[in-house]
Amino acid sequence: MASSTLAKIECVEGRACVIRGDDIDTDRIIPARFMKVVTFDDMGEHLFEDARKAAKGDHPLDDEKFAGADILIVGKNFGCGSSREHAPQALMRFGFRAFVGESFAEIFAGNCASLGLVCITLDETDVENLMGAVELDPSQRVKIDLAAQSVTSRFGVMRGRIPEGSRKQLMEGTWDATSVLLEAGEDIERTAQRLPYVSGY
Amino acid sequence: MPPGGERIAETMSEQARNLFDKVWQAHTVRELPAGQIQLFIGTHLVHEVTSPQAFAMLRELALPVRFPQRTFATVDHIIPTDSQIRPFSDAMAEAMMSALERSCREHDIRFFDPASGQQGVVHVIGPELGLTHPGSTIACGDSHTATHGAFGAIAFGIGTSQVRDVLASQCLTMAPLKVRRIEVTGELQAGVYAKDVILAIIRRLGVNGGVGYAYEYAGPVVEAMDMEARMTLCNMSIEGGARCGYVNPDETTVEYLRGRAYAPEGEAFERAAALWRSLASDPGAHYDDVVRLDGPAIEPSVTWGIHPGHNLGVSERIPTPTEVRADERAGVEEALEYMDLVPGAPIAGTLVDVAFIGSCTNGRISDLREAARVAKTGRVADGVRTFVVPGSQEVARQAEAEGLDEVFRAAGFRWREPGCSMCLAMNPDKLIGREVCASSSNRNFKGRQGSPHGRTLLMSPAMVAAAALAGRVVDVREVL
Repeated sequence: MASSTLAKIECVEGRACVIRGDDIDTDRIIPARFMKVVTFDDMGEHLFEDARKAAKGDHPLDDEKFAGADILIVGKNFGCGSSREHAPQALMRFGFRAFVGESFAEIFAGNCASLGLVCITLDETDVENLMGAVELDPSQRVKIDLAAQSVTSRFGVMRGRIPEGSRKQLMEGTWDATSVLLEAGEDIERTAQRLPYVSGY
Repeated sequence: MPPGGERIAETMSEQARNLFDKVWQAHTVRELPAGQIQLFIGTHLVHEVTSPQAFAMLRELALPVRFPQRTFATVDHIIPTDSQIRPFSDAMAEAMMSALERSCREHDIRFFDPASGQQGVVHVIGPELGLTHPGSTIACGDSHTATHGAFGAIAFGIGTSQVRDVLASQCLTMAPLKVRRIEVTGELQAGVYAKDVILAIIRRLGVNGGVGYAYEYAGPVVEAMDMEARMTLCNMSIEGGARCGYVNPDETTVEYLRGRAYAPEGEAFERAAALWRSLASDPGAHYDDVVRLDGPAIEPSVTWGIHPGHNLGVSERIPTPTEVRADERAGVEEALEYMDLVPGAPIAGTLVDVAFIGSCTNGRISDLREAARVAKTGRVADGVRTFVVPGSQEVARQAEAEGLDEVFRAAGFRWREPGCSMCLAMNPDKLIGREVCASSSNRNFKGRQGSPHGRTLLMSPAMVAAAALAGRVVDVREVL
C-alpha cells in the first residue's frame, strides 16, 4: 500500500442530497444491529434504515430527485455518538464521497478522512442557503474545491473550512494513514523506549 | 524525580504544563508532512465488533501487529448475557467471536475471553486489570475509550481504519487538541452521582461543545470521587463532543492500581507512583478554557429526549418548544415527538417498561452496590422487565461474594452475565416496540436500545433501580 497509489482528491463534483436536522448520530446512520458482520460490504444497504422505514418512503435517500447524489448536505454535529466506521462506510457505499455541513463530530470526521471522504463545514446561513438551493434544483452540480476550501452551486461560491491536516492528506493522496505512519520506522520503537509503562518502570 | 520520571522529563520544558500536554509530548513520534502529529499509542484495546475488518486489512497488506504485547482483546458487544456457552445461539455473534479468536491467535494477542475469567466490557476490564496507567495513551475502536482518562491517561475512541493503523504501527495520526478544565465545586448531595455530574456538564456545554477539546475534570467534587466514579465521568466525554477527557492522577489513582495484575510490583510500583503523581497538571498550567459548575446544585439527572444533552434535574419539567433557544427548537420538537412526552410535564412520574443497570458507564461494583441499596427497599413493579448486567466477570464475582445478586433477585431483578447488553442491543437484550427504558447506559439516541421506536431515559444506576421499583421515574433522594 504505497501512499502514492492513492487518489489525490482535489475536488468533488456531482449532484447533492439534503438531510436536514442537527445531532444526527451514527446509530441513526447505521443501527447497531447491522454491525454484526465481519466485513463492510453490505453497509450501504442499511444506511439510515430505521429513519427511512419510519418516514415510509418520504426520506431524502428514497427521493428520486436525489438519486445518485455524490454529496450529502447536513446540519450541525453530524455523525455524533458511536465511533463506528460503519457509518461513513455505509454513506460511502451508498455513493457519497463528500459531506457539507455546519459541523461534524470529530471521530466521524476522522473516520471520513481515513476513507478519503471530504467533510467541509460552512456557516449556518450558507448551509441553509445551500440546502434550499439544492432542494429547489436537485439536478444542479455542486462542486467542492479543496484548494480553495469552497463549495460552488448555482447559489454561488461559499467559503468553507476543512481541517488543514485532512485537507493536505486528501490533496496529496496520503489519506490512508498506515503507510505514512510506518514511514517513521524505528522512531516508533524509540518513542516506546522513552515510556516507562511500555519499557519498564 | 524517580528514574522513570527522568526519561519523560527529558522532553519537558520548564513552563507549567497540563497533563494533556505532558502526555502528548511524551508520545509524539514526529510531525507528519500534512501537519498532524504521529502519536504513539501505548495500549491498544480490541473488541469483536470494530476489529474484524481491521485484521482483514492487515492480512491483505501482509503486515504484522507491531506491538502485540501492547494489544489486548476482549469480547463484550455481541456476547449474550443469558448463556455464554459456545457456540452462541446467534450464528453471526459466534462468527465474530471466532474471528477475534483467530486474529488473536494469529498475532499473539492476549484475549480476555470468557474462559479466562477476566472477560468483560473493554472499559471495565482495562482498569480492573491495571492495564490503564496514568500518563499513557490508549486507543480502542469504541467511542467510550475516554473512560480510561479517569487515571490521567489520554484515551481515544477510533474507527476501524484507525484500528488497522494502530495494529500496524502502534500510532495514530492526530491533530492537537485544546484543553478545557471543568471544575466542579463544593460537594455532591447524597443520591447524586458521577453520572448526574457528567449529564449536568453535557447539558451546560452541549453535545458538541467539546469538539476540538480534551476535557480535564477537576475541582473538589472530582477530587473526592473514587476511581469508578471518575470512570463514569470520563466515559461520557464523547457525549459532550470532547475527543477525550481525563482526571489528574492522585493518591486515589495510585491506591486503586496497587496490586492489580498489570500494575508494576514492589519498588517498581513506587517508582511508577512517583512518576504518575508528577504527571498531574502543574499549578498555573495553561488552559484554553475554564468552566465551573456548582456541585451542590446538581440534582439526580434524567434524560427526556434523543441525545444526552436533553437532560433535566429530576425535579424539573420537560421543556416546551416555545421556551428553548430558537436554534434548539426543531431538535426539541423532534425529540418530544419521538419520546411522546408531554411538554411542560414533570419528568418525575414518567412511566417505565424496562430497567437496565450495566454498561461501560455504570456497570462496576460501586454502581451495583448503590443500585442494590435501592433494590433492598422494595420489589420491582409489575410489568417492568429488568436487566442487571455486571460489567465484567470480576465485577460479577465480587457482587456475588457480597450477595448483591441475591439482593437483586429477591427484589425481582434479573441477574445476568457480563457484556454490553442493552446499552446498544447487539446481543439478544433489546427493547420491544415503543418501550421506555430507565437505563444506566450512555446514549438515548433513537433506536439505540434495539427497537427502532424504543425510548431511553438515561440516569444513574440508583435512579434506575428506584424507577424499576416504582414503575416510573422517581427521585432517588427520597428512597435512600
